[in-house]
Amino acid sequence: MFEATALNARNARIQTLFRLLFGLMTGLLILPVIIILFTLIQEGGAVISYDFLFTSPTDGMTAGGIFPALIGTIWLVAVALIISVPLGVAAAIYLSEYAPENWLTRAINLAIINLAGVPSIVHALFGVGAFVLFFNFGTSILAASLTLAVMALPVVIVATRESLQAVPLAFREACWNMGATRWQTIRRVVLPNAVSGILTGVILEVSRTTGETAPIMFTGAVFFTPFLPQSVFDQTMAMSLHLFVVSTQVPGVPEQLPYGVALVLIAMVLTMNSLSIAFRMYLRSRKKW
Amino acid sequence: MSNTELSSGRAVVAADDFDRRNLDWYVDKAVQVLVFICGISAVIFIIGIFTFITKEGYAFILQMDWVEIFTTQYWFPSDEEDPEFGILALIAGTASVTGLAMAVAIPFSLGGAIFVAEFASGKTREVLKVLVELLAAIPSVVWGFIGLSIMNPLIIETFDVPVGLNVLNAGIILGLMAAPIMTSIAEDALKAVPDRYREAAEAMGATRWQVIVRVVLPAARNGLLGAVLLGVGRGFGETMAVLMATGHSVNIPGSLFDSVRALTATIAAELGETAVGSEHYQALFAIGIFLFIITFIINLSADLIVRGVREG
Repeated sequence: MFEATALNARNARIQTLFRLLFGLMTGLLILPVIIILFTLIQEGGAVISYDFLFTSPTDGMTAGGIFPALIGTIWLVAVALIISVPLGVAAAIYLSEYAPENWLTRAINLAIINLAGVPSIVHALFGVGAFVLFFNFGTSILAASLTLAVMALPVVIVATRESLQAVPLAFREACWNMGATRWQTIRRVVLPNAVSGILTGVILEVSRTTGETAPIMFTGAVFFTPFLPQSVFDQTMAMSLHLFVVSTQVPGVPEQLPYGVALVLIAMVLTMNSLSIAFRMYLRSRKKW
Repeated sequence: MSNTELSSGRAVVAADDFDRRNLDWYVDKAVQVLVFICGISAVIFIIGIFTFITKEGYAFILQMDWVEIFTTQYWFPSDEEDPEFGILALIAGTASVTGLAMAVAIPFSLGGAIFVAEFASGKTREVLKVLVELLAAIPSVVWGFIGLSIMNPLIIETFDVPVGLNVLNAGIILGLMAAPIMTSIAEDALKAVPDRYREAAEAMGATRWQVIVRVVLPAARNGLLGAVLLGVGRGFGETMAVLMATGHSVNIPGSLFDSVRALTATIAAELGETAVGSEHYQALFAIGIFLFIITFIINLSADLIVRGVREG
């Protein structure tokens, strides 16, 4: 009664065929990156040493290390975080806990989508027009980090909103029934339960911000400066821009050097990203409700 | 959380007769105002972006002949006697690279999404999802560097052409960049199709493949279209990778091996050398306004299409 007919067999063959095809496509999607990572490690690994990481570029950037760029990237990312995390978390609290369903909330959601979709070079133009010129911060870490913060804002808002909404409504209702105000509920019940999810989003933001180049090119990052930044009003070098500079703008750079810069940059970004993924998986595995 | 539940919570507070205006009450109100201000910050920034790039670029828009700008291909913005601002070749550069990128990325990302969402299971699925996510994290300047130092010699050698920085190079790089994002959005769209649809079809004796083609894909159609649109927007707005891999020469491409220059890359390459307020400087901001409007339209339509599927 359950013998396979010719049609069944044909269907099964088609299915196997497509399964194989799509599996192959997925593999091809991932394969180039594995090759690329391998090449970067092979070519760049030889360059990386203690001196490479902890000295300044010398001989017109054709030799020496990347220390000022590393420090500069840390400054830029840190200041961008200080600005965007409180703002983004508060915005997410509004969207998750207060926002009524009206045109304004729809407008906010649309703005978040667009803020994430605007080309990075347009963010750069905004940074120049607003922070460098209008607010007169000049080309400085402050202007560059503000530009990065605006760009990263959607990442923080979306991640935070998701983890706030994952906290069951019953938790809030229990708290309200005890006579707590809305803010007391958020601060004592909702946020503690969502804080690890928020942290995951923040790490992801660090990873994104580290790699950005276009938004900082004209707002605060410079090709070369022998000085380490002392305050947010200084200009600085940055890893991402440094990779662009040594691979396109400087003649006579040894072939291996940019590979080293690329390897360090990608190691920073992927470490942060893997951390965020691992953290998320750990949270999911010990979820209490 | 739905808002009816929230507003009923509010109604309970309003209904009791105690005077609650102690310190906690005031703190609560203050916080409410504060988070509201932060909540609308995204809207303020979007308006701010448009206002500030328009402020720098509007003079150029007002004085220029737009037909000429969009229909001529001569971009000599810094010529002292007779500067020309034709962006046709730049549009052609952006369009050719984005077009090729989509031709590469769409089949692979949709195929990848179907495999991850419908065929793969358990550990394989988790591993693939993590890999795709890591892929999406590679910064665009690193992709540009890959185009420059790995793809460039590869293309010169394989196709025996003099220059490897061209439409082909940038298109492949951009395709690889856009594919992971499109894959994960498309996978979300497939996952959003309720399992009971699949179960009903399987109960009727359909194979997994028949379920995918006849049930899942039609149901996820809008979400998949949204994923493609977001990929297009992403490719269109990409800057550093395109700047480094296209060869950056103003050209209407006749073949895959011609070097081109993109709109975004033009701004990135030239903004640093223009004087603030000069005609050239304003022209670059005008391109920025153009990019902003196009991506706004792309994102808006992607959002409307995806939302259409949820309401329908």
